[in-house]
Amino acid sequence: MPLYRDDAIVLRTQKLGEADRIVTLLTREQGKVRAVAKGVRRTSSRFGARLEPFMVVDVQLHTGRSLDTVTQVETVGPYARPICEDYGLYTAGAAMLEAADRLVEAEREPAVQQYWLLAGALRALAQRAHAPALVLDSYLLRAFAVAGWAPSFTDCARCGEPGPHHSFSVATGGAVCSRCRPPGSPAPAPETFTLLAALLTGDWDAADSSDERHRKEASGLVAAYTQYHLERTLRSLRHVDRTPVATVAPPPAPTTPAPTRREA
Amino acid sequence: MYEGAVQDLIDELGRLPGVGPKSAQRIAFHLLAADATDVRRLVDALTEVKARVRFCEVCGNVAESERCRICADPRRSDEVVCVVEEPKDVVAIERTREFRGKYHVLGGAINPIENVGPDDLRVKELMSRLADGVVQEVILATDPNVEGEATATYLARLIGPMGVTVSRLASGLPVGGDLEYADEVTLGRAFEGRRVVGR
Ligand SMILES: [Zn+2]
Repeated sequence: MPLYRDDAIVLRTQKLGEADRIVTLLTREQGKVRAVAKGVRRTSSRFGARLEPFMVVDVQLHTGRSLDTVTQVETVGPYARPICEDYGLYTAGAAMLEAADRLVEAEREPAVQQYWLLAGALRALAQRAHAPALVLDSYLLRAFAVAGWAPSFTDCARCGEPGPHHSFSVATGGAVCSRCRPPGSPAPAPETFTLLAALLTGDWDAADSSDERHRKEASGLVAAYTQYHLERTLRSLRHVDRTPVATVAPPPAPTTPAPTRREA
Repeated sequence: MYEGAVQDLIDELGRLPGVGPKSAQRIAFHLLAADATDVRRLVDALTEVKARVRFCEVCGNVAESERCRICADPRRSDEVVCVVEEPKDVVAIERTREFRGKYHVLGGAINPIENVGPDDLRVKELMSRLADGVVQEVILATDPNVEGEATATYLARLIGPMGVTVSRLASGLPVGGDLEYADEVTLGRAFEGRRVVGR
């Protein structure tokens, strides 16, 4: 397969040499692929803007000895711009990309569900469908479920005793009944359990109408769950901007900036 | 693998940015074959740069004394500060001869996946420069890629409420590219056409 084509999400980019980049892609059919994008840091490159993190692209690659080479790129989901123009979206999105990179460990092993999950979450983020922290937490819970670590927020994660229950145990996998509860397990608000269950199942009506207080508590539990299941910590999680989305004033009308030249 | 000193040199060269094992080997053998005086000049330049060059205490640019040449220049305006990621971006913008204000070098861009947040950059230093009200405009000239845009977004949100005009270089710059690769005409035009993003 010297030349192949696939849909892909750009997870990360690293500088290579003078003007090239190595791009890590999560492709729909081939799983994770690392490829060289030649000359993309130069002015004349047609690819540069399309091979940025958060972009969903239709890409053609040439199989190489160690790394493949990108030969063509078309945009499918132009999410980079809207995401990096809002700091909350950017930091939530970066945590999603890092989580995907970590959950899909092996290269060239198809991870179709992870692909669709991430593509959907990036679209929701870029379109501001929901609060960025909710999109991130929902994505993390569902990506873990796909990876085989599905948490339970209603029935007891250990014995299956029908819930709701009061305690939460990261190590056990979510809600725990009073008999299975390890000592020292926190007892989040019942609404937090409801929110977590809504985020896991994609019940957005319930999630969108949740309180800031319960969102914060849920985020804390999702972060603990994430760090517990990934061997190394997710570095971008501590950078997630949790400033509540305030009613943003419209941007000021463009004015003429001050002259930059000052005659000597 | 080579014997002792040669392998040590290859290893050291291989740690430089953009130098792979093959290039490291090529450079090492070039140096081995080179004239002793040429090699001495290189050694002197390396020693000199570590001994003499430091970072400007005002803007973070490379400097040979406490303040860099630009910060020490009384003919340059203190009212406009251009924020860039790296010292090499200062060089790129100086080439345009379009800008007569001062700079602020952040030391990188916000990149959560690489564990670089606002606190890892010279953001606090920038905010304290703006505190006395002398600066009227901040031009955000971070790279036109995702990390650079996100850094500009963050800074605009932070600086906006201080009553300082915040502007961003105009589009026309290669998106996804590095600022240093933009030719001076394009970069100059981007300066002229910069847009206000916050006030
Ligand atoms: Zn200086």
